[in-house]
Amino acid sequence: MSPAGAPNRLEVGRLEVDVRQKSFAAASGGKLDVIGGLAFSLGNGEVAALVGPSGCGKTTLLRIIAGLDRDYDGSITLPDHGRLGVVFQEPRLLPWRTLEQNIRLAAPAANDATLDALFRTLGLDAHRHLFPGELSLGLARRAALARAFAIEPDLLLLDEPFVSLDDALAMRLRDELAELVTRRPVTTLLVTHNVEEAIGLADRLFFLSASPARVIAEIPITRPREKRTAEELAALRAEVARQLVAS
Amino acid sequence: MTIRLVSLALLIAAWYVGAQFAGPRMLPEPQAVAVMMVDEARSGALAFNLGATLSRVAIAFALAMLIGSAIGWVMGRYRTADRFGDPWLIVLLNLPALVIIVLAYVWAGLTETAAIIAVALNKLPIAAVTVREGARALDRGLDDMAQVFRMSAWTRMRHVVLPQLAPYLAAAARSGLSLVWKIVLIVELLGRPNGVGFEIGTAFQLFDVTKILTYALAFTAVMLVIETFLVQPLERHVSRWRPKPA
Repeated sequence: MSPAGAPNRLEVGRLEVDVRQKSFAAASGGKLDVIGGLAFSLGNGEVAALVGPSGCGKTTLLRIIAGLDRDYDGSITLPDHGRLGVVFQEPRLLPWRTLEQNIRLAAPAANDATLDALFRTLGLDAHRHLFPGELSLGLARRAALARAFAIEPDLLLLDEPFVSLDDALAMRLRDELAELVTRRPVTTLLVTHNVEEAIGLADRLFFLSASPARVIAEIPITRPREKRTAEELAALRAEVARQLVAS
Repeated sequence: MTIRLVSLALLIAAWYVGAQFAGPRMLPEPQAVAVMMVDEARSGALAFNLGATLSRVAIAFALAMLIGSAIGWVMGRYRTADRFGDPWLIVLLNLPALVIIVLAYVWAGLTETAAIIAVALNKLPIAAVTVREGARALDRGLDDMAQVFRMSAWTRMRHVVLPQLAPYLAAAARSGLSLVWKIVLIVELLGRPNGVGFEIGTAFQLFDVTKILTYALAFTAVMLVIETFLVQPLERHVSRWRPKPA
């Protein structure tokens, strides 16, 4: 315990997750265990990927961390001010507001220069006055990314942000996301079932079991993501496969 | 536009032909009604009575929409409120307008307040029921989004909730406006010393069909103007984000 008024500098930006148990009431009566003991922590600016099969409770975990679901056993400690940037599986933009208004409503404190830079990085410049109904899914997902970054979050949560995009577009968006987290480091938790996506972006991989979810393997990646070569990625893929078979 | 004008011209022509058969006592000719409208307008009686009715419509409508929508929203969001309020709504919905008006006059006297409350009470449950459906259909995903981005209560209401309720509010307003003005006329007929309803009541006692038509048409024209220049532009503005059909 640090004395009051003297925050522990090492702890700044740290995310602590300890969900001992989470279950839903099943329609047939009884309960359905979704999470059965999930504990990990992320240091400031660390990017972690949670990889697991569909329906293993990844989204439920993100909802718990985001404070949208408080009915669980365990505890969550958010970094610093606990300002959250969330990218949901669907873009969740307000259809009746333009792209730019959507972002300004979520981030009223963001200044014009920050927004201009974000729009340029994500290629949204030409589309800022369009309504979400006029955007392609790729553009809408970019807008959701821009919204999450515009509030300059202490913690970024991404729930399968590139699902149902074609491979080329998903790859480009992944690069843009990598550029954003490199430019302004932020503790990030990415949820995905796509191993490629995880090893391309994360500093640490957590592999989850099928429901009820728990961590079955943890793989740190020390090499900075912009320096990873094709061979290293191939080696990582092999390592992932080995670990998964072993568990 | 041309079709509308042709249709309107046909209606007036049919009226003219009908007047020839029915005679001036039963159905006066269109020009007789037009002449009386000009006379009433000159004397100031038309403007005075239209104004009285219109202000009653406006106040009762605003009250019913405001309170009814608030009740509907709470009932749509909270199950306990819904269970509690539902019997009240059913009673109010099924009480005939006439019963509410007569009771309001008996309990509160033949006053302006009683008249407006009676009209508002007739409209309120319909607004509540419509908006309740809207509140039940609110998107949970957008709600979650607003919560994680810590939008203020005002921002959520103005930018997340109200736009979702807009079609329901529009439906309630549309049906409400036409209902309210019909009930205002009855209220005026039964217990007010002025307004379109009062004039029509007097004309009825004198069997003055020309006067009845004069006031009915004048007020319909006013409502048409409100619909064209207020309700429709507002609807267009609220739904501007919807992709237009090609």
